[in-house]
Amino acid sequence: MQDDVILRISNLSRSFGPVKALRGIDFELRKGEIHAIAGENGAGKSTLMNVIDGILQPDSGEIVLDGKPVKISSPTMAQKLGIGFVHQEIALCPDVSVAENIFMAKTNVSRSWLMDYKKLEREAVDVFRQLSDIDPSVLVKNLSISNQQLVEIAKALTLDCRILILDEPTAALTETEAQTLFGIMRKLADQGISIIYISHRMVEIFDNCDRVSVFRDGQHIVTNNVADILPSDVVNAMVGRVIDNLYPEKQEAPSDEVTLDVRNLTEATRFRDVNFTLKKGEILGIAGLIGAGRSEIVKGICQLEGDVTGQVWLNGEELKLRNYQDSIAKGMVYLSEDRKGDGVFLDLPIAANVSALKLEQVANGIGLIQSGTEEAQAEALGRKLNLKCGSLNDPVSSLSGGNQQKVALAKMLSVNPRLIFLDEPTRGVDVGAKSEIHRILRELANDGVGIVVISSELPELIGVCDRVLVVREGRISGQVTGDEMTEENIMHLASVMDAQASVA
Amino acid sequence: MDNTVNLAHAGATDGTPFLKRLLRMRETGLIVIILMLFLIMSLASPYFLTWANMRAMSMAFAVDGLLVIGMTILLISGGIDLSVGSVTALAMVIAGWLFLSGIDPWVASAMAIALCTGIGAFMGFFVTKVGLHHFIVSLAIMVIARGACLLFTGGRPLGLYTLPPEFKFIGQGTIGPIPIVIVIFVVFVIAFDFMLRRTTMFRKVFYTGSNEKAAAYSGIRTKKVFFLTTTLCSTLCGIAGIIYMARFGSAQPTFGLGLELTIIAAAVIGGASLNGGSGSILGAILGVILLSLVSSSLALLDVSVYWQDIIRGSILLAAVTIDHYLNKRRG
Repeated sequence: MQDDVILRISNLSRSFGPVKALRGIDFELRKGEIHAIAGENGAGKSTLMNVIDGILQPDSGEIVLDGKPVKISSPTMAQKLGIGFVHQEIALCPDVSVAENIFMAKTNVSRSWLMDYKKLEREAVDVFRQLSDIDPSVLVKNLSISNQQLVEIAKALTLDCRILILDEPTAALTETEAQTLFGIMRKLADQGISIIYISHRMVEIFDNCDRVSVFRDGQHIVTNNVADILPSDVVNAMVGRVIDNLYPEKQEAPSDEVTLDVRNLTEATRFRDVNFTLKKGEILGIAGLIGAGRSEIVKGICQLEGDVTGQVWLNGEELKLRNYQDSIAKGMVYLSEDRKGDGVFLDLPIAANVSALKLEQVANGIGLIQSGTEEAQAEALGRKLNLKCGSLNDPVSSLSGGNQQKVALAKMLSVNPRLIFLDEPTRGVDVGAKSEIHRILRELANDGVGIVVISSELPELIGVCDRVLVVREGRISGQVTGDEMTEENIMHLASVMDAQASVA
Repeated sequence: MDNTVNLAHAGATDGTPFLKRLLRMRETGLIVIILMLFLIMSLASPYFLTWANMRAMSMAFAVDGLLVIGMTILLISGGIDLSVGSVTALAMVIAGWLFLSGIDPWVASAMAIALCTGIGAFMGFFVTKVGLHHFIVSLAIMVIARGACLLFTGGRPLGLYTLPPEFKFIGQGTIGPIPIVIVIFVVFVIAFDFMLRRTTMFRKVFYTGSNEKAAAYSGIRTKKVFFLTTTLCSTLCGIAGIIYMARFGSAQPTFGLGLELTIIAAAVIGGASLNGGSGSILGAILGVILLSLVSSSLALLDVSVYWQDIIRGSILLAAVTIDHYLNKRRG
């Protein structure tokens, strides 16, 4: 490994309104290294990557590429400078072929007037020969999520990039696919390409990366060779305190009282024969790879989507729900994983967001909204959740991610629910708000509210839940509790089928 | 600067002074512009500030005001309706045609309004059940309704000379010095403005337009909302058509050509977003008043008809551009 620095960032800062997302970051990337970036959600990792990719502009600080100071004003410019960014979210055109998706990026940076289809096609085939056996003529929408992810990586590779940023690329991949990806990453690094690898899976970082940088609360904490430190050092640097105190106390003794009982829940294409129970006072986690059917199952239980058969019993009563309105009326609500997409009304006032689930509560007999009642409701719930905001009449878009999530949670609590399904409750939420949300969940559970948490962050599930169900390909593949709750056990249950299939 | 307040230490009362909030409201800006135009015009033309001109002007925007109410609510829910001009004309034509066939004018009017409601429901069906876009569905209905107008009249206006005076009273009568048309308009504006601000029913319109999926995830039947706002808009077209018929004493198959654009422009000037989720009745009405004021001012000043459209279009573009930047700064 050579030691020459290809990218140097010094004293870089960036704020969003009052929130300082990056404060005085220093960061170095060497030629041909795989550099892991670790940090909790909200630590500033993605902000920094967006700055490197030209999506965001820094407020202050310097970026030096190959010894020359640069100003990266747009993603197109980043591409021209040889920086490729594979986002966690897949951004492909579903209705065109794999090859054309790859051409799209290439065409964008090409200086020639005419398309050289032959050359592009040759390159696509070359790239895929390294990656996997995906047929470049297949339409993207017909590929699995993991293969789509590989297409994203291929797209970046065809741009002759010298710096490749991978944002949690393995989140949607099976173990074998991930191993293939690591092999490719090492090969690229050997060719002199520098890779920034974002992950919070310690095993991946320590098995595959050369160095690791840890971020916390918008600051760069430490950079070290992985050979010189232990995973626990990285974790402690990430959370900034001893990990034991991060999560609230667990349930003392399991109750026998059943809050939720789901029997033989089946949906046409998404899941089959789902059976589980939730005991009173217990926090139940649901783990699984993206696309395994976690969200689909709980949305099915609430009648939010899907054509579902099976039985759902809540507090000893069998539910016959026709739609989500019925579910809300029975006190069973769903907190969406996509806060901005379908969790809150960004441009409406905070108070109007909180009241949306059951407007009758803030209206009088003839359906007139009482703004005093509405604000009092938002204020009471806001205080309970320690919501930080200016005025309750401000739009939700004026709040930070953590406070937006508290508004979404306040909306759920406004109906005094008996059971809440929380889908990725702390995604994009800063560390402080995150542990507050965890504490609130435990309090609710102690008060007898049923809590079911879906999360892609295994440490969160292990820290918060009393028991974790694992979903694989639309079925519950197992459950872990107590000391069995480890990342390894959960990942094994979540992906073992694919591993066996590939052995056979 | 950290200007967030911890709720635990602050009351829920809004700290912003009333005057500051008033100044930030879009309606205030529109009123200022309208008053300025008023001032300039009363200096520029001796005919402007006469009772006759005021009355003619308010009559001109009053009925369009009903259309703009329906359009604003539809825009807030996230829809749009291009058919308002021709559906209004169709209400007029159908009611007139039924009347000439010997049906009582009140019954004929009720039937025409019911037909318009039916047209709205028909569009609502295509939007919610079939899943087509509001724009395309209403574009098709715009053409169909116009065609039906021509079909029923043979392309010529229907003279309704025998309309009973008590029917014509709706469009031509006055209570004291105030035309009935204005009274109807004011009642509709106050009623819908109040409902839109206060009722749970119309709050759901805001939720749906602001974020359809989030609304669905809050247990709101968003398709029902679309269906009802689409239908309401057409019903108001029907009512407007009948008032126009009573006022003109005739049914004109070519009435309201291009009216949809004026109505949409007024709603947008008044703060309705084409992306849904925002808008107000008061703002939209001020938008109608502004456009109507500009039209009659240009006519009074003897500006060529050809220039009038160019000026009106430019005003729309300017108003929306200024607003876009103001919103950005506020946001």
